Amino acid sequence: MDWGALHTILGGVNKHSTSIGKIWLTVLFIFRIMILVVAAEKVWGDEQDDFVCNTLQPGCRNVCYDHFFPISHIRLWALQLIFVSTPALLVAMHVAYRRHEKKRQFRKGDQKSEYKDIEEIRKQRFRIEGSLWWTYTSSIFFRLIFEAVFMYAFYFMYDGFRMPRLMKCNAWPCPNTVDCFVSRPTEKTVFTIFMIAVSSICILLNVAELGYLLTKFFLRRSKKAGNSKQQPNHENKEETKQNEMNELISDSCQNTVIGFSS
Amino acid sequence: MSWAFLRDLLSGVNKYSTGIGRIWVAVVFMFRLLVYVAAAENIWKREHDEFECNIKQPGCENVCFDHFFPVSHIRLWALQLIMVSTPSLLVVFHVAYRENREKQHNQKLYRNPGKIDGGLLCTYLISLILKTGLEIVFLVLFYKLYNGFKIPHLVKCDIKPCPNTVDCYISKPTEKMIFLYFLVATSCLCIVLNLSELSYLIFKYSIKCYLKRHMKKQQ
Repeated sequence: MDWGALHTILGGVNKHSTSIGKIWLTVLFIFRIMILVVAAEKVWGDEQDDFVCNTLQPGCRNVCYDHFFPISHIRLWALQLIFVSTPALLVAMHVAYRRHEKKRQFRKGDQKSEYKDIEEIRKQRFRIEGSLWWTYTSSIFFRLIFEAVFMYAFYFMYDGFRMPRLMKCNAWPCPNTVDCFVSRPTEKTVFTIFMIAVSSICILLNVAELGYLLTKFFLRRSKKAGNSKQQPNHENKEETKQNEMNELISDSCQNTVIGFSS
Repeated sequence: MSWAFLRDLLSGVNKYSTGIGRIWVAVVFMFRLLVYVAAAENIWKREHDEFECNIKQPGCENVCFDHFFPVSHIRLWALQLIMVSTPSLLVVFHVAYRENREKQHNQKLYRNPGKIDGGLLCTYLISLILKTGLEIVFLVLFYKLYNGFKIPHLVKCDIKPCPNTVDCYISKPTEKMIFLYFLVATSCLCIVLNLSELSYLIFKYSIKCYLKRHMKKQQ
């Protein structure tokens, strides 16, 4: 299990997200996960070995390092990426649950007229409406929350996003205030700012996607209300487009479930 | 052989699980396996090299490290992941056995070999009980071996060949403690999921049984 497996699981979601969702996934994989694995891990690779304190007192270096870096940047980023990727699974599970219910009803005989066989249920696209719309929207909402929480945790833990060259430490057993030098501070600052910038872009994309979904939802409702007053059975272009989008989204969830369970 | 093997096994189990079972698989993948591989492993990578004692006596560091860390946290974590995932295989084997029987007799013996009923229900319940039991065993083991889930900055060691009581410093204790708490939290979450699945299945099938008997009595 590694980042590649996460890529496989989320790849199924990609096919059927909105266009903003696809951009978000691309940004996540290329500018965050790949950068983390290929570059950032190497920058932080020797962080404790090359953390040098101006003292020969054994144990002082360990204690000072632990004091200034309670949790390493790289681990915090890894946790952030895992938490931010998880809400997409909510949608996949909801679709799987709906499919399971339809199969159960089919077996009981309630929906034999609607579907020829169980294969058709498996391939059926669910519309994003009702509870499934809420699941999709809340998954975006949770993503936003997690991103914001981790960014704040970063800022809070490290007093900003800069990595200082020198830290003064007087934790026991250091005999007095000693100078401790961080390895590669500029490179670490650059990568920290880069990761924060990409995180902000992802937050903006999520906000945009949320706004887009809400706008479409309210537009659809007002059109339906308008249509039911004038011509109850008229299906306009807007609704057809919405239906297509919903089918695409539900198809993605179907493929995610298949990918996840295979 | 690597974690990918375990991942493929568990994906196979997903097919025959209930909804709660699938949530359990997702939690194990995302919050335990992925966190282990992507983050936790690297923290404990050089724990022995970075373990430093305030003494130049050769052998003292080795002996003290061995005394305080009989089995490293990260190895216990890996063992826990493997042991906790394995009971799910019982279900897979039972389903394979059912399908084999159908093939041998060349007739449909079961309405659906993958459906949880009869013997497969018992196997499923046993696997849930085993999973929960193993989770609890490992949590207790962690607690007993390391006197709680805290990792101290400093341990005092006076085992030979250390000449007297020396101070030994553990590397990255705070980070290790954070991930240890994370492990405990996800473990407890998995225990809760297993227990809810257990009660759900017992409740569901007792109601079914009761209704069947009630229908028979009426007839």
